Amino acid sequence: MSMQTRRRAGVGSFCLALILLAALTSGAQATTVEEDMAWTGGLRSAYFADREIKSDELITLEAPQRAENAAIVPISIKAGIPQTEDRYIRTIWLFVDKNPGPLVGKFHFTPASGRADLGLRLRVDTYSPVRAIAETNDGELHMSRSFVKASGGCSAPASSDSDAAREQLGKMKFLVRNESGEDKASEVEQPRLAQLMIRHPNRSGLQMDQVTRHYAPAEFVKQVKVSFEGEEIFEAETSFAVSENPSFRFYFVPQREGELVAEVVDTEGRQFSETYEVSPLTGEVAAKQ
Amino acid sequence: MTAGDRWQLQRLLLYSTILCSWPVLTSADAGLQRIADGVYVRPGRIAVVFEDDSIANLGLVIGSRCAAVIDTGGSVAEGRALYRAIGKLTDVPVCFVINTHVHPDHMLGNKAFQRDHVQFVGHRKLPRAVALRAGTYLQRAAEYSGGVADESQIVLPERTVSGEVQLDLGQRILILRAHATAHTDNDLSIVDPQTGTLFTGDLVFLEHLPVLDGSINGWLGELDQLMGETFERVVPGHGPVLAAWPQAGEPAVRYLTELRESTRTWIARGGDLGEAQERIEVSRPEHWQLIEQYHKRNVAAAFAELEWED
Repeated sequence: MSMQTRRRAGVGSFCLALILLAALTSGAQATTVEEDMAWTGGLRSAYFADREIKSDELITLEAPQRAENAAIVPISIKAGIPQTEDRYIRTIWLFVDKNPGPLVGKFHFTPASGRADLGLRLRVDTYSPVRAIAETNDGELHMSRSFVKASGGCSAPASSDSDAAREQLGKMKFLVRNESGEDKASEVEQPRLAQLMIRHPNRSGLQMDQVTRHYAPAEFVKQVKVSFEGEEIFEAETSFAVSENPSFRFYFVPQREGELVAEVVDTEGRQFSETYEVSPLTGEVAAKQ
Repeated sequence: MTAGDRWQLQRLLLYSTILCSWPVLTSADAGLQRIADGVYVRPGRIAVVFEDDSIANLGLVIGSRCAAVIDTGGSVAEGRALYRAIGKLTDVPVCFVINTHVHPDHMLGNKAFQRDHVQFVGHRKLPRAVALRAGTYLQRAAEYSGGVADESQIVLPERTVSGEVQLDLGQRILILRAHATAHTDNDLSIVDPQTGTLFTGDLVFLEHLPVLDGSINGWLGELDQLMGETFERVVPGHGPVLAAWPQAGEPAVRYLTELRESTRTWIARGGDLGEAQERIEVSRPEHWQLIEQYHKRNVAAAFAELEWED
């Protein structure tokens, strides 16, 4: 080992130790209390006044600790109770505390949903708590919270292939499956997972064109209603925090053959709808031509 | 711990980080390596964008009347260093700055070349991409450097390419080709027929894991076409600059093909995006660096594209 290499190695390990020391001691600084300032400092009371909010297992929010792509952060919410006529989750509020508009959306469920699970993808603008609050039919509130490290989701540009999203705006696709991924006639009455995909740029209105110095106006899906044989199973009132080409995963109970209908409205007043035939005996879904 | 202590510690962290990265930052210079007659490359380092501003391979092709620069680096300082290195090498003036695509490591150095006789050239879709993204890129760069985002640093292409365009450098022609959406929606490749050199931009990655910001299907299609053609040598956007063709395209093709297949399988099974990001692995990790930084992101991009396939 030459003198120079040895010196460099020495400097290297000194530096490493220094970095480790600094990182370890300052790592504990970001406490939950600090992270929750936006929530405790106003958001909570604005939406829920002084109502009691329990933190328990009634719902569980799953979010990645670090968002690999801040414009497409996958979030899933799992309900701790089945949807029965006696007791069910009526509404789930979803917040990203530090987004320019913290309320991502309100999602409504019914006993016909079978299970009030929800999956979707969000834009997350900066390091922020993400929280889901469920309201049961008897008016109780339950919360689950997670912390996501992401940055630039709301002002992040559209995907590189934005021409494709624009050309097919309003196109929808429905996927329906058994939970196990296999088709079994005996599972007819079990809740089944449905995914609704909507081609839409879902522009946040926060993306500036550096040449014109104008912000591209907000343009996003604001309402989604899904029913099965005329019975409402899922409704979403959403903001621009939902990612481009919105995708929603939810459950419903197909007790018989029937039509799954999705009706979507965006901020421009455009309406899109799709109807799908669900055949519970085979588990197959065919788009109506 | 008081706020003061915390500030002290943060400062310590900052200083020690700077001190420790110093030997790395000075280990490469803006040195241009000659790879063929009149063709030079400033090799980039395999590193994460913004954490280092010299990560892309930058090119220079010199004709009798004009020189053309292919990509300008990740900062104005980086662009200036390249400009000075060119000045030491040749008296032929730079007439063209060609940007292979919108990413910051390839074009944030443009400002250093903004002079009367220099024309900036890019893909037909590059101006829109720059308009929408450059502000975010400058902010990110400023966050890393501790400086302030200066939007006057944004330089748009004045001349755009659809299909193919030839640039005359004087006794030397460059062929610029605009590609369909692949790595991004604004990829341009450059051929110097005189020496049989292909500058692929980020259509080809070696060692640095490919980064998907366009279309996985489109990218594999463009690579398939390029790999059917013959070149003496290629300069990838990232990785060793004297790569043989078409072998140099193969690692990226393998990675993208396997990513596409496993993502399609995942979608067909009804898996969701979050699980897919956790579960889909890189099949030949020994070929790649920066897997940690880019693979999950690639899974998300591939998933969002492929779930719309019929």
